[in-house]
Amino acid sequence: MVDMPEGHTGDGFFATKLSDAVGLARKNSMWPLPFATSCCGIEFMATMASHYDLARFGAERLGFSPRQCDLLMVMGTIAKKMGPILKSVYLQMAEPRWVMAVGACASSGGIFDSYSVLQGIDQIIPVDVYVPGCPPRPEGILDGFMRIQDLVGEESFRRRNGEQYRELMQSYGIK
Amino acid sequence: MYESYGNWVLKISLSYSHTLILLTFLVDNAYIKQRLTAQFGEQVSRFEEPYGMLTFESPKDLNLKILQFLYDDPELRFQFMTDLTAVHYPHDIGRELAIVYHLHNLVDNIRIRYKVFTDIQKPDVFTATKLFSAANWMERETYDFYGVNFVGHPNLKRILNVDEMNYFPMRKEYPLEDQTRIDKDDAMFGR
Repeated sequence: MVDMPEGHTGDGFFATKLSDAVGLARKNSMWPLPFATSCCGIEFMATMASHYDLARFGAERLGFSPRQCDLLMVMGTIAKKMGPILKSVYLQMAEPRWVMAVGACASSGGIFDSYSVLQGIDQIIPVDVYVPGCPPRPEGILDGFMRIQDLVGEESFRRRNGEQYRELMQSYGIK
Repeated sequence: MYESYGNWVLKISLSYSHTLILLTFLVDNAYIKQRLTAQFGEQVSRFEEPYGMLTFESPKDLNLKILQFLYDDPELRFQFMTDLTAVHYPHDIGRELAIVYHLHNLVDNIRIRYKVFTDIQKPDVFTATKLFSAANWMERETYDFYGVNFVGHPNLKRILNVDEMNYFPMRKEYPLEDQTRIDKDDAMFGR
């Protein structure tokens, strides 16, 4: 069971902010898109399995279509040739969308400081949570997911229309 | 049991009803070298056997003739290409790029290595695609990383790197590290 948001309780009613209620609903029913490229994808498989269950957090419905998903989890090494493909997957997601970079390679290129590996996916798409590790333990991925949940639960409705967000998107060349 | 007499062997095989004595070939490195020198003379050279694998080279104009000979010959039968790659020797002026073919005889289980050397200023080598289909992608990879131009290749373009890359990364003058990185400095990363 999840905690109730803060609000005003009375006899037969409970009043809270709409963004709190919507945030509560969204954060406990995230649909992730596992963009698993390498070894971190295996750790994600372990996270989805029964021992470190991700379904406890409401994320058992994985989608491989970006049109249907809220959370893009990039797990693994992204080569420079894969970069435009990752960007096109991100662009197909509908707002509100979040991105989690799992592992050292997605966060910063990892040990592959090479001409062919993209040194961190934040060179092409905006990232919300980075999970370090090579590979991160499933507990680490779960911790990253819980941080995403915190971000989702407290996001204001106006954020995606605001000036700061628009500037962030422009810095990545996304309209 | 084998008793070798030059390249010919006496093969004695026993079965439950009778003994069969056959006179058959043993194709080995010495025989391959003998056949190659008989066919091509001085043009095949530098025969070596590192770890037991026969290695030789020839001028690059003959690569198709030699590959075709090794393919068609009924005793040599090198009809499987396992690898095609290149090596960059920056100090051997005039012979900087070595294109290496690894061939395998599946019937007799023998492998050989065949090298052609080319100048880096004009790295043109005839393509082996018509003979071995496997050479298609392997030559594209060799072009992508070393810049070897395979003459007659149906689709010679980059295969593993991004298409906009304008240099050949496995040549010795280029470093491994990404030159456009901005957040890592050599002091922190132990270089």
